[in-house]
Amino acid sequence: MHPIVKLVVQRIALGLILLWAVSVVIFLGVEMLPGDTAQAILGQSATPVALANLREALGLNEPALTRYFNWLFAALQGDLGVALTNGQDIAKSIGSRFGNTLFLAGCAGVIAVPLAIGLGLIAARYNGRWPDKLISGVTLATISLPEFVAAYFVIFVLTQVFPIFQPVSMVFPGMSFWDKLQAVALPVIVLVMVVLAHMMRMTRAAILNVMQSAYIETAVLKGLTPMQVIWRHALPNAIAPIITVVVINLAYLVVGVVVVEVVFSYNALGQYLVDHVAKRDLPVVQAVGIIFAAVYIGLNILADVIGIVTNPRLRNPK
Amino acid sequence: MSNELNHLAALATKGRISRREFVGRAGALGMSTAMAGSLLATAARAADPVKGGVLRAGVQGGQSTDSLDPALAASDVPYMINMTWGETLVDVGLGGALEMRVAEEVSSNADATQWMFKIRKGIEYHDGGTISAEDVVATLKRHTDDASQSGAQGIVKGIADMKAEGDMVTLTLNAANADLPFLMADYHLLIQKAGGVANPTSGIGSGGYMIVEHEAGVRTAMERFANYWDSSRCHADSVEVLSINDNTARTAAIQAGQIHMMTRVDPKIVELLAGNTDVVIERAAGPGHYVFIMRCDAAPFDNNDLRMALKMSVNRAELVEKILGGMGSPGNDFPINGAYPLFDDSIPQREYDAAMAAEFYKKSGHDGSPIVLQVAPSAFPGAVEAAQLFQASANAAGIPLAVKLEPDDGYWSNVWNVAPFCASYWGGRPVQDQMYSTAYLSTADWNDTAFKDAKFDELMVAARGELDQAKRKGMYSEMANILRDTGGLICPMFNDWVEGRRAEVGGWIPNPAGTLMNGRALSMCWLNA
Repeated sequence: MHPIVKLVVQRIALGLILLWAVSVVIFLGVEMLPGDTAQAILGQSATPVALANLREALGLNEPALTRYFNWLFAALQGDLGVALTNGQDIAKSIGSRFGNTLFLAGCAGVIAVPLAIGLGLIAARYNGRWPDKLISGVTLATISLPEFVAAYFVIFVLTQVFPIFQPVSMVFPGMSFWDKLQAVALPVIVLVMVVLAHMMRMTRAAILNVMQSAYIETAVLKGLTPMQVIWRHALPNAIAPIITVVVINLAYLVVGVVVVEVVFSYNALGQYLVDHVAKRDLPVVQAVGIIFAAVYIGLNILADVIGIVTNPRLRNPK
Repeated sequence: MSNELNHLAALATKGRISRREFVGRAGALGMSTAMAGSLLATAARAADPVKGGVLRAGVQGGQSTDSLDPALAASDVPYMINMTWGETLVDVGLGGALEMRVAEEVSSNADATQWMFKIRKGIEYHDGGTISAEDVVATLKRHTDDASQSGAQGIVKGIADMKAEGDMVTLTLNAANADLPFLMADYHLLIQKAGGVANPTSGIGSGGYMIVEHEAGVRTAMERFANYWDSSRCHADSVEVLSINDNTARTAAIQAGQIHMMTRVDPKIVELLAGNTDVVIERAAGPGHYVFIMRCDAAPFDNNDLRMALKMSVNRAELVEKILGGMGSPGNDFPINGAYPLFDDSIPQREYDAAMAAEFYKKSGHDGSPIVLQVAPSAFPGAVEAAQLFQASANAAGIPLAVKLEPDDGYWSNVWNVAPFCASYWGGRPVQDQMYSTAYLSTADWNDTAFKDAKFDELMVAARGELDQAKRKGMYSEMANILRDTGGLICPMFNDWVEGRRAEVGGWIPNPAGTLMNGRALSMCWLNA
């Protein structure tokens, strides 16, 4: 077997074990939270009779282990079940919401990744001079703003001062692609502001690191322009750490943007998860938790593989 | 109609004076209560409705866990959705008057133990068929069922027998209840086909709009139901309920015109919106109130002198000013205000009195250890700040009140109705009996103050069956005084509904019975071009 295929298979097998471990941790975590689903659903209006009826109906009187294994076996057969709180099919709800999550993350990623790498290259090219300082200053300022502050800021500027966009960005079936793009404009701007600095700084640092090497000096002496040196010689050797950071940021765009979702009422997976955690709706929390974990693990495997494939020394270990 | 009356009606529709006040002042000008109520409605409907368009409401309190089952509705978003696709037997209209909806006539026997509802003929469901008396009985049965999780279970459990005959529904009660028709206006009791037993979450009813798209906690789109029976309502072609939980986003959305009406305008920003001619702030003085509750069976709150000391040491005026931004009125330690029929407004308003509080505290013989008030931000908006103001005014009177901050998560199961002293809120009920029987009757499930008083219970049952309104008012007054002077409830303030609408929305009539015109804003308003 080709060593890379072998590595991928190994990583995926490890990932599956990790996912199972994640499901156990999530289950224990939800069990440890005070109160149960019935209490969380009924809230202030809980009467003892209604509580007992609801517990019975939701099957909460079963022992914890039984409930876990019931869930596990069903999930292994591809049946995620229905939400305890409102009886909706989990796979179906997650399907559309995960689509929205990927749409938002995709839009933000398509803008943020090339922009960050481009800015990183420019910053490295003009290391220590004003373009470098300007780029670093601006991106570090935007990453330092908490997301909700950045969100309120863009709402204020782009819906009140210059009424260009809409503050509420929920998307729904029947909207055209263009309408959807317009709807998510504000959250995309906020997310780009948030993830830009990390990737830009890493690109800059990785390039500058390589720039110390002897072969770069050769390239310069050969008469290449600074940008050609960076593009043709420095970047390919700096790609592995950059990819790692890009992937971490992409994973963050998928799993970590619940604050932005809430502020803009964007109907994606993060808000869905938080609502159900508040209601102790275990099947949903499990399903979403597993999806998020899978995204993280999958993207990390991808980063490793790209890092190896782009590096001949790792590609042909001797 | 005199100018004075017109002026009063205009004030009332703008929420500057309460409906009760309006009816009272109109009465002084020689007008009957019923006439005053209809005058008020006319004033608000003076303009002709405009047909067409899409009307959108931005509502706080939606979650992706929400259900369409009316029995489980517990927050504003499902409430607003349900009230738009479904209808109850009756509504609570302006001035607390009963308004006929699915029922077209209500009557009772002489001692109010049996109530007859005549069902309007030919009301169609969205998916075909018409409402029958059997459907009504099946609906009520679903909510009374012992296995029910309905929020209305307590309301309907006093019904001993339900019968459908032709177009008549006859309800026989365990004991007399002169307020029964008002209970049928409860928002859980939407009439569903065959009671909704088979499929409670179908979202299909007889309301003026039918659901086209529904994503829980996000957006519900509805279209006008062509065969709706009431031609005076439902002017927009379609309506949408958007769940926008973030205050800033909701406010920005109404300013930008993305929504036409919104719930819960933060009192702090009302002034900022005053300069905006596109957005109109609507206020309605309702029965909702914020409370601090002491359990009368737990030390040290089992001592009435200590309870009185704490009641005396709340600075109500300050709380109304700082917590509600003036959008409310001070409470009087019983859960009733002018929004209720038969309210006795001659009961003196309790004021902050540090000297008296200190005296009561001394009399109680309390050992001086800290008295802990447990509070979480979600107890009510501004709860933590309110508790701190309470602490300051109590400490000034020499009472060692301390505030303990609790997490929002699990507050309603671990603290409320468990801890001896905590913060909470009530949304109010259409009639006094229902409020008292929900939370102050000795045996009530939600008796969160553990208040037990035989005389109070007796009066309540007697008032329920009393058809002489003057006598009834006297009984309620006596109950209010008992609760005010011996109960475990500290009710510092009643909160107004503070809502926003775009200037182009016509037909808005503030209704204190519930948020967004008692849930009917989408069905009764229209968009002026």
